[in-house]
Amino acid sequence: MKLRTFLLGTCSAVALAGLAQAETLTIATVNNGDMIRMQKLTDDFTSKNPDIQLEWVTLEENVLRQRVTTDIATKGGQYDIMTIGTYEVPIWAKQGWLLPLDNLGPDYDVNDLLPAIRSGLTVDGKLYAAPFYGESSMVMYRKDLFEKAGLTMPDAPTWDFIADAARKITDKDNEIYGICLRGKAGWGENMAFLTATANSFGARWFDENWKPQFDQPEWKNTLDFYVKLMNDAGPPGASSNGFNENLSLFQTGKCGMWIDATVAASFVTNPKESTVADKVGFALAPDTGLGKRGNWLWAWSLAIPAASQKADAAQKFIAWATGKDYLKLVAEKEGWANVPPGTRKSLYENPEYQKAAPFAAMTLESINSADPKNPAVKPVPYVGVQFVAIPEFQGLGTAVGQQFSAALAGQMSVDQALASAQQLTTREMTRAGYIK
Amino acid sequence: MARNVSTQRKLITTAAAWTIGILIFFPILWTFLTSFKTEAQAIASPPTFLFFDWTVENYFEVQSRSDYFKHFMNSVVISFGSTLLGLLIAIPSAWAMAFAPAKRTKDVLMWMLSTKMMPPVGVLVPLYLMFRNTGLLDTRAGLVMVLTLINLPIIVWMLYTYFKEIPGEILEAARMDGASLAKEIIYVLTPMAIPGIASTLLLNIILAWNEAFWTLNLSAARAAPLTAFIASYSSPEGLFYAKLSAASTMAIAPILILGWFSQKQLVRGLTFGAVK
Repeated sequence: MKLRTFLLGTCSAVALAGLAQAETLTIATVNNGDMIRMQKLTDDFTSKNPDIQLEWVTLEENVLRQRVTTDIATKGGQYDIMTIGTYEVPIWAKQGWLLPLDNLGPDYDVNDLLPAIRSGLTVDGKLYAAPFYGESSMVMYRKDLFEKAGLTMPDAPTWDFIADAARKITDKDNEIYGICLRGKAGWGENMAFLTATANSFGARWFDENWKPQFDQPEWKNTLDFYVKLMNDAGPPGASSNGFNENLSLFQTGKCGMWIDATVAASFVTNPKESTVADKVGFALAPDTGLGKRGNWLWAWSLAIPAASQKADAAQKFIAWATGKDYLKLVAEKEGWANVPPGTRKSLYENPEYQKAAPFAAMTLESINSADPKNPAVKPVPYVGVQFVAIPEFQGLGTAVGQQFSAALAGQMSVDQALASAQQLTTREMTRAGYIK
Repeated sequence: MARNVSTQRKLITTAAAWTIGILIFFPILWTFLTSFKTEAQAIASPPTFLFFDWTVENYFEVQSRSDYFKHFMNSVVISFGSTLLGLLIAIPSAWAMAFAPAKRTKDVLMWMLSTKMMPPVGVLVPLYLMFRNTGLLDTRAGLVMVLTLINLPIIVWMLYTYFKEIPGEILEAARMDGASLAKEIIYVLTPMAIPGIASTLLLNIILAWNEAFWTLNLSAARAAPLTAFIASYSSPEGLFYAKLSAASTMAIAPILILGWFSQKQLVRGLTFGAVK
C-alpha cells in the first residue's frame, strides 16, 4: 500500500511538473544590431506565448557558423532555432538537416517576402528558412567630395566611372582615399566582394561542367581592375581591410566611396557614430554594361534543425520574429529607421519607412536586381551571387581569397594569383568529384 | 661571489624590463581604456589615449544584455573543477614517474605531451558525438572533464619536474619509518612540493579560464563560460569595439586579480628547482 501511494504520488508529481514546465527554445544567433534589438523585444512574444521561454546563444558570425555546423551535422540537438545565411540554407536543406517551414500561421503572408530573398531560401518549392533581414551591396559615397571634384554620381554608375572618380577624389596627403574596398582574405570577406564584382565583368567561378574559370580573360579583367584601382586610389594596407575596417575608415571621413553591404547605410548615416553622417549619398553597385551589377544578396534567416524536438514552438517564434507585426513593433519602440530591412515588400511600400530611411529605395532596387539562381552573365551550374552554394566553397573561397589578397598586397602578380587559384580550385573540385 | 653591477647597467636592465613589461601589458591596458570610450571614440583616428569623455555606459549595456554572473560562475566551476580533478590524477602519476621510473617512463611522458601537439579541431566531431550520446553537451560536468583531459599532460609534466627536485632519500626515510604509500604522498611529498603544486594549480586555472575552443564548441546556453560571453560581443559587421572591450575587461578581471595576488607563488613555483 505504501509503495503504491508513493508511486502514485511520484507519477502525479511528474505529470504536474510536465504541465507546469514551459517549453524552452534555444536560439543561436549572430551579434549584429538587428538581432540584439530582437532580443530586447522578445517580451512581446513571451507575453503572447506564456508557455514558451527563450534562451539566447549569441556568437560572433564565424564562431557561430562553426558551432551550428558541428551541431547540425552531428544532429546534436543543442539548438531549436539557428540563424543562418543564404549560403547554408540550400546545402543544409538538401542534406535533410532543416525542417521545412510549412506552419507559420495564416497571418504570415509568405507572398509578401521579397522574391529574390525568398528564392534563395527555397529548395524544391519549400521554404526552409525565414528571412530576418536581407541585404545587398551598393555604393556609398561622399557627396561633398564629389561636389568638390566636380563630379555627379549617377544612380547606376559604371565601373569606369567609379574608377575615374576614385582617382580624382584621392588626396593622399590629406589621407583621403577615393575608394575603400574589401581586401582581407576570406570567402565572406574579399571573395564576397570580388565574386559579385566578377559577375558584373562577365566572369564566373565554374562553367556548366564545374570547370574552374580563373584562366579566362574575364577574371583577369576583374582582378587587374581591382588591384590597379586599389593601388591608385585605395587606403594603405587595404589587403587587411574587411567590413569593419572600411566602416571605420568611411565613418572617420577617409574614404570617398565604399562599396559594401546595404546594412552599412544605417551606420554611416547615424550622427552618433559617423563624422560624415549628413554627407553620404547612395548609388547602385556598378556594372560594365553586360547586364549584371556587382552587388550581392544575403539574408540572415531563422531555420529549425531537423533534430529539434520543439518544431511547433519554434515555428511560432519564427513567425513572430519575421512577421509583419514585428516590423510594426520595432517601428513603435525604436522608430522606422531601425526596422530590419530587406525582407518584405510591404515595408518598402510604407510611406513612413520611405521617409525615415533615405537608403530604402536603393536597398530594394539592389536586392531586386540580384538573382541567386542566375548570378553570372554566362550560365552556371550553381546557386549564389557572391558565393557558390556547395559545401566545398568555404574552404575554396578562402584559399582563392588568400591568393587575391596577396595580389593586392603586391606579394604576387595578378597572373600568378589567378594561375594559383585555377590550380587549387581544379585540384579541390577533382578531389570532391565534381570534375570527372 | 656576487657580481659587481654598475649603476648604468642596472639602469639599462630596469629600463629594458619596464619596456618589455609595458609592451606586453599594452593590449590589456588599451582594452581597458577603450571600454570607457563611446563607440565613436573607440574608432577615432588618431586614437585618443587618456583625454576623452570617460563613460561607464558600455558596462551597463553589457550587463543589461547578458547575464555576467551566470557566465562567471560557469567559468569558476569549469576552471577550478578541471584543475583540481587534474591534480588529483596527476599527483600520483607524477609521483610514480619521478620516484619509481620504469624503462619507458620517458616515452610515456613524451607520448602524453604529444596529445597536446594535435590541433583540437581534429577530434571535435568524435568528441561531440560522444558528448551527444552521453548527454554531456552544454553541461559543466562535460566541460570539466574535457578541460581536465586537455590540461592533464601539462599538469603531469610540471609536477614531474618539481618532484624530480625532491631528494628520493626523504621519501625513503618516511618509508623506513613505516609510512604507507598514501601517507608518503600526502604527508611527506605534497608539503614539500607545495610551491610547485601551487604554481601548477594557478597556471592551470589560468589556462582553463582562457580556454576558448572547447568551451565554445561544447557549450550552448546553460554551461557557457566567460569565453562565450566575450564571443557574443564580437561582430564582423558592426563596430562594437567599446562594448567588446567592456565585456573583455569584465571577463579577464577576475583572473587578472587572482594572478596579481598569487604572483609570488607563481614566480616561486616556476623557478622552483632552478638553482641547485
